[in-house]
Amino acid sequence: MAEKFAVTRLPGFTTIAVVAFVALYAPILTLVAYSFNASESAAAWTGFSLDWYRLAFQNDEVKNAALNSLIVAAFAALISTTVATLAALGTTRRAAFRGQTAIYAVINQPLMVPEIVTAVALLIFFSSVKLATGYTGLGYLILAHAAFCIPFAYLPIRARLEGMDLTLETAASDLYASSWQTFRHVTLPLLMPGVLAGAMLAFVTSLDDVVITEFIKSPGQDTLPTYMLGQLRRQMKPDVNALSALLLAVTLLLLAGVYLLTRKRAD
Amino acid sequence: MADVTIEARNTIKAFGQGTQAVRALDDVSIQINRGEFFTLLGPSGCGKTTLLRLIAGFEMPTSGQILLDGIDITDLPPNRRPVNTVFQSYALFPHLTVAENVGFGLTMQGRPKAEVADSVARMLALVKLEAMANRKTSQLSGGQQQRVALARALAPKPKVLLLDEPLSALDLKLRKEMQVELKRLQTETGITFILVTHDQEEALTMSDRIGVMSAGKLQQVGSPKDIYTRPVNRFVASFIGETNFLPAMGVAGGAKLGCGAVVDGVAAQGAVTLTIRPEQVRLTAADEPGAIPATVTLLVYFGTDTHVHLALPDGASVVARVQSPATGEAGLAQGQQVGLRFAPGAVQVLED
Repeated sequence: MAEKFAVTRLPGFTTIAVVAFVALYAPILTLVAYSFNASESAAAWTGFSLDWYRLAFQNDEVKNAALNSLIVAAFAALISTTVATLAALGTTRRAAFRGQTAIYAVINQPLMVPEIVTAVALLIFFSSVKLATGYTGLGYLILAHAAFCIPFAYLPIRARLEGMDLTLETAASDLYASSWQTFRHVTLPLLMPGVLAGAMLAFVTSLDDVVITEFIKSPGQDTLPTYMLGQLRRQMKPDVNALSALLLAVTLLLLAGVYLLTRKRAD
Repeated sequence: MADVTIEARNTIKAFGQGTQAVRALDDVSIQINRGEFFTLLGPSGCGKTTLLRLIAGFEMPTSGQILLDGIDITDLPPNRRPVNTVFQSYALFPHLTVAENVGFGLTMQGRPKAEVADSVARMLALVKLEAMANRKTSQLSGGQQQRVALARALAPKPKVLLLDEPLSALDLKLRKEMQVELKRLQTETGITFILVTHDQEEALTMSDRIGVMSAGKLQQVGSPKDIYTRPVNRFVASFIGETNFLPAMGVAGGAKLGCGAVVDGVAAQGAVTLTIRPEQVRLTAADEPGAIPATVTLLVYFGTDTHVHLALPDGASVVARVQSPATGEAGLAQGQQVGLRFAPGAVQVLED
């Protein structure tokens, strides 16, 4: 009998795996460690301190940027998840139709088109809108983020829908539920874990975007990542480490949430 | 005159387009009476489930009509038909409790909360699941889930209850219990039950009437006894119970078998097929006058009964079912010469 190909049995597999993990995680761990460094220099460890966190929390610019980030991410997640839910319902609840592949491509377009291209395109488009309306608020960022967050919200929702037993909806209609009642009382509650997972993924994706935000933000407007980038350009200061560590913590927390919601249930 | 609840008139259901279209239902007409336990019986793919789905409203017929109490409901969606279904997979709502599942239909109809709670309690008592009201359905056994599905479908007091192979997922012992349970529920509620099954024994034991289906057509409709003792064609005869088929030629006063023996008292013309159930074949001494001579080829022991396989002089085979002690005491053995007779009136002449 032919043996199954197993990548884990190739010579050097363990070594390469260790090197890859170190390359991926050592910088992150170093960053987190140095966010607790008492010294202002990144070169030497002089003792444990929470000063950089305190400093970051006291900084008004940081607070402003964090607030912007949260507002943009929250609204972008809300909008993209709503659109993604409708898109998922439209693409899974029926037999295969003509142009299905094209529709998937359109929905997932932000995953494939280079971000910089989208950024330049949005910059040009929004500039003319700004000129015409005079509006310079967070709306542009929210819309732009909502657009590129759609595929991240779409995928877990679609996966959840594809795993759902259509007989349940037939049963609901048999038991006198109108199509709206069926959606409200059966489809949506069963879809909820997928919707929440999609919303969290969209939120995280929006939270750490730099490229598109950098291009289309109005002057003086900053989200946390663009603020940090600006700080680094001037002077390397450990409060950026502290902010990075905080962003990392939020992201990990949300991804843990996604994992809990999408894993297969025991029952 | 019988009081008709559900009627299908010349219903045709075709799947697919043009030349590739397949008729799952080919011009089926049927009348089902109020308070009746009616079974649609047939092999998989015979169209019985399609007919059930047309009555439920999950599918629209390609042509023909479905009537409920004489009113055309062909175009009504499922949520506007006073007809409920017990699904083969049960289709219980996993995010709701047992009580919420049972109350779903009434809640969707907008009944007051007190009335729903009242009805749920009565239904759970009917299926003996009072203690499970607040459980999630995933915490129940297969048999309990089946009962929740029944209670859920009965709670809105439908005019007709449709059951799509409801017992197929249960093991044999539980299936026997549920057969009795279903019959009891039907008698207690007085609701018309339409059961779909491929299990002929289930159909015979539970039904008031059976409709046997094959290839999208209704082959025969009648009481279990009618269907068993007077099958109209070869399909019905072979699908329900075991039977013998013997080619014969019509002669004056009877039909002549291939071996030359004449079976009296059957009206046949030309080439026909005779059918007789194994329990209607009587064994006699080999030399008894008028008996058809035969040789025992095989004895198969079934506990209370033994199946005696026999060969007629022309090679045609016949199976006789006799009570087990008789074989031992009578000393039946393979290779033995015996005589056989057919019980009077038990031989049927088939159309094809």
